[in-house]
Amino acid sequence: MATIYLLFIVLLAAFLGFELIRKVPATLHTPLMSGSNAISGITLVGALVASGADHDLLTTILGTAAVTLASINVVGGYLVTDRMLGMFKKKNSN
Amino acid sequence: MTSNIDLVINFTYVISAALFIFGLKLLGHPSSARKGNLVSAVAMLLAIVVTLLDNNIVNFQWIAIAMLAGAVVGFFAARLVAMTDMPEMVSLLNGVGGLASVFVAWATIQSGAGLTAFILVVTFLALLIGGVTFSGSIVAWAKLSERITGRAVTFSGQAIVNVIIVLAIIATGYAFVAQPEIALTSAQVLYVALALSLLFGIMLVLPIGGADMPVVISLLNSYSGLAACAAGFALQNNILIVAGSLVGASGIILTNIMCKAMNRSLSNVLFSGFMPVHKSDM
Repeated sequence: MATIYLLFIVLLAAFLGFELIRKVPATLHTPLMSGSNAISGITLVGALVASGADHDLLTTILGTAAVTLASINVVGGYLVTDRMLGMFKKKNSN
Repeated sequence: MTSNIDLVINFTYVISAALFIFGLKLLGHPSSARKGNLVSAVAMLLAIVVTLLDNNIVNFQWIAIAMLAGAVVGFFAARLVAMTDMPEMVSLLNGVGGLASVFVAWATIQSGAGLTAFILVVTFLALLIGGVTFSGSIVAWAKLSERITGRAVTFSGQAIVNVIIVLAIIATGYAFVAQPEIALTSAQVLYVALALSLLFGIMLVLPIGGADMPVVISLLNSYSGLAACAAGFALQNNILIVAGSLVGASGIILTNIMCKAMNRSLSNVLFSGFMPVHKSDM
């Protein structure tokens, strides 16, 4: 039954995703892509659980690798997006 | 199971999900875009910090080292990259995220705890989509940075090769879910599935070239969201599911908008490399 509730969540989140992005100006396409790429780094949360739990060595290694990679994605993703949007603002005010 | 800690974690996830949605909304307007990015970063931080309270997490030293290493690499990558190289940077980061999903899925299988048929299906999906995202993004990055030719690469029988790969993936998926005891003990099926997904990602991006590259990066970005969503189902983690499906859906609609801006359809972009336009989307 829990799975059904989770599917409801997916449905609602997907609709929300569609609605939020539908009317975005073309100049924001690349920053938006980069920003949502950073959000997909949320997989870090899953990696943390896999890495920190008391499992066998291989699981811990895989989890730790996932934590490293996902951290790169999160930190890099947000900083890159911020840099892009910073440029954008400067260009507009000039 | 429903201890106070779990309650706190899940409640914080709800707040974090709301902030992600709000951040994405702000990102859609030029005047508030930078603030939106910040709001979404705060949501991420909140989700990460509260996850560390999880009772299942017992050893922190590896997590600390891994997070620090990742953060340093991410920081310098984002600071040092030239403004003109941004699209390939996004593509590379996206590939890294895809690989992270692959490892999460692999670790879930490896830990071997509570693997029902449903968990196996979603874990397999996370592995598959993550693999396609990783290899596809790496090819896109190599194309954009002109490490390999930026033009569309096609060869005769490409469509047939792709169909064979898809069929092989379906066959491994069936073997994986129907015969988990064999798949889990020998791990060969896992390696084959991983290799096939990596190959499929390469085949997906090879026939796309030139001005179509941003579109395919956007599509791969959407895939990485879907991979996170599938991993969320495997781990029964709400924030992974919400954020993953948000990215998945917004990525697909963004891909569509970008196609329309170029007066092309999505299938037009994806299959332009093949002579006859056929074969369905994955």
